[in-house]
Amino acid sequence: MAALIETEGLTRHFPAGEEVVKALSDVTLTVQPGEFVAAMGPSGSGKSTFLNLIGCLDRPTSGHYRLMGESVETLSHDRLAELRSRRIGFVFQSFNLLPRTDALGNVELPLVYRGLRRRARRDRAAMALAAVGLGDRMRHRPSQLSGGQQQRVAIARAIVGSPDLLLADEPTGALDTRTGLSIVTLFQALNRGGVGVLMVTHDAEVARFASRVLRFRDGRLVGDMRQEPADAAAVLAALPPMEHAA
Amino acid sequence: MNVPGVITREPAAASPPSPVLPPLPPGHGGMDLMEALRGALSALAANTLRSILTALGIFIGVAAVIATVAVGEGARRQVTAQIQSLGANLLIIWGGSATMGGVRLGAGGRSNLSYDDAIAIGREVPEIEVAVGSIRQTFQMVAGNQNWSSMVIAADPDYFIAHEWVAELGRLYTAEEASAARKVVILGATVAENLFGEEDPVGREIRIRQTPFEVIGVMARKGQNPMGQDQDDAVFIPYWTARRSVMGASRANARQVGTISVKIHEGEDMQEAEESIRALMRQRHRVAANEPDSVSIRNLSDIQATRDAAARTLSLLLASVAAVSLLVGGIGVMNIMLVSVTERTREIGLRLAVGARRRDVLAQFLLEALVLALLGGAVGVAAGLALSHLVADLAGWPVLVKPDAVLLAVGVSALTGLFFGFWPARRAAMLDPITALRHD
Ligand SMILES: Nc1ncnc2c1ncn2[C@@H]1O[C@H](COP(=O)(O)OP(=O)(O)OP(=O)(O)O)[C@@H](O)[C@H]1O
Ligand SMILES: [Mg+2]
Repeated sequence: MAALIETEGLTRHFPAGEEVVKALSDVTLTVQPGEFVAAMGPSGSGKSTFLNLIGCLDRPTSGHYRLMGESVETLSHDRLAELRSRRIGFVFQSFNLLPRTDALGNVELPLVYRGLRRRARRDRAAMALAAVGLGDRMRHRPSQLSGGQQQRVAIARAIVGSPDLLLADEPTGALDTRTGLSIVTLFQALNRGGVGVLMVTHDAEVARFASRVLRFRDGRLVGDMRQEPADAAAVLAALPPMEHAA
Repeated sequence: MNVPGVITREPAAASPPSPVLPPLPPGHGGMDLMEALRGALSALAANTLRSILTALGIFIGVAAVIATVAVGEGARRQVTAQIQSLGANLLIIWGGSATMGGVRLGAGGRSNLSYDDAIAIGREVPEIEVAVGSIRQTFQMVAGNQNWSSMVIAADPDYFIAHEWVAELGRLYTAEEASAARKVVILGATVAENLFGEEDPVGREIRIRQTPFEVIGVMARKGQNPMGQDQDDAVFIPYWTARRSVMGASRANARQVGTISVKIHEGEDMQEAEESIRALMRQRHRVAANEPDSVSIRNLSDIQATRDAAARTLSLLLASVAAVSLLVGGIGVMNIMLVSVTERTREIGLRLAVGARRRDVLAQFLLEALVLALLGGAVGVAAGLALSHLVADLAGWPVLVKPDAVLLAVGVSALTGLFFGFWPARRAAMLDPITALRHD
């Protein structure tokens, strides 16, 4: 079976006036299916740049990247869009939900580009919302949901197309500890179901739930460590009880 | 172990059910049109006032397009109808300035055309079906205690062939009655109405200049001629009857006619016939080689051309209004779409991130521009119809809005939307997903 992610000398430079910002330099890495990878590093170290390349949102300046065996750097825009549609689910720090659209409509969005009929899309989106525990909030707009709930909607949107790889750029950055934990719990559950997870985080507390931790500095991959992940659900359960979480 | 937030309402279970959904069947890409349309409408509805104002330019342009076509068509039909009312393939010969014994008479002089000129034309010009002379003069006419002043047209019955005119009631007079100078008259519809009202005039008597005439028929109604005169305000009597009993005759004008109506055989060349007639008239009127023609010939296509030109000017004016407002409207659409693309940059980034292809984004914004333009277009069609009615009323034209005008207008607004929406839509489609997602 092909590796989930395989990069070789992956490099991304941005021209900035006279100079060149070496956002990512020479990253060589292999991630197998089923891994839960956390990417850490100081601000500006190239984590987001790396994530965007892996998510086929951007193309490398040089180097190679194979997603499930398929070389990405030479693909057309359309094929990249198709990979994003079929293989990848994105979760952003700032949720990025459509403000005028209810939860169901937001989750439905990726399916629109997969040629599914409306009925099928709605059913499937409802399923995804139920899977993240928002079965009773389908008709709520983002402004009527808490931050944690919004992030769950974003996760439902990311998983609605059955991706092989879930990418999350600081998904807990805007959330309190408890809510963040519940999001990570969800990631772990997805990961146990076979979805590869690559999550950027600043927070070492969050990184310990991953099975592997990458460290970036100045655009280089400087650390790659495997670990026994902590169980987010257990940690969450051990927190002092509260009226309502997430 | 219970996981809060994940399966909040599930009973405690040994392990949480996986939130992984069953795999999707390998569907085909591409966005469905209904969804795109729904998206476009809701995006426009989100900025209702802005959308309405933007559609205004298109609205005016389309209204002008509809009116242009309607006015042009209405005027054309009216002119055609008037020309046909005069008779197709008709030439009218007017006596020019007469030359008698080398002395040229002024424009106010008597006609130099004679009854015999008409006969000669009919005999010698092969393209001709009939050629008939007529004189017209206004007289007071009396029936019982009613009186009415109207045009008396004195002509032999060929006149009715040349002018394609038939009797509505009664009959026309015959060639025999004409040559016998019988005192018979056929009334134009307007005269019949004024003298007899609702009654049937056939068989009754009217007096023209004290001379009693028997009414044998009433002409079919023709309406206005291209000069705006009521053609039905006239009566018809045989030429020789007029000469003997009504208009009188002197030595000089005994066989004189005012005009000669000439009907050309169907399919013959009017131009050629005209040339032959000119030549014949020069010969008969003994016009020297260096003198101008003795007659002028009025071809009805000249009148048509004049009227066409007037209608064309009006159409051109409206077409310019249409073009300018469509241009302004189109630029408005472009402007608003650019604003919309900028406002929704993050949304575009998001759509690209979740799998939209460039062409999906392009289609989305193009469709939005199209819907915007078509909404303006639809209201414009309604306003255009109203405007055409108004113009037609003022100009006294029939209202003619053909379905193709509506189709044209809708097509034009759609094209405007697509043309001016393309650039903004392309800008949206070409956005870099990461830059777009970072946009604030
Ligand atoms: N589009 C771009 N154009 C120019 N420079 C860029 C661009 N994107 C990123 N960079 C630069 O590349 C470097 C790495 O950026 P990146 O966003 O990957 O950092 P990061 O590790 O995600 O930081 P943070 O933790 O603050 O999110 C930074 O110096 C950034 O300024
Ligand atoms: Mg970042």
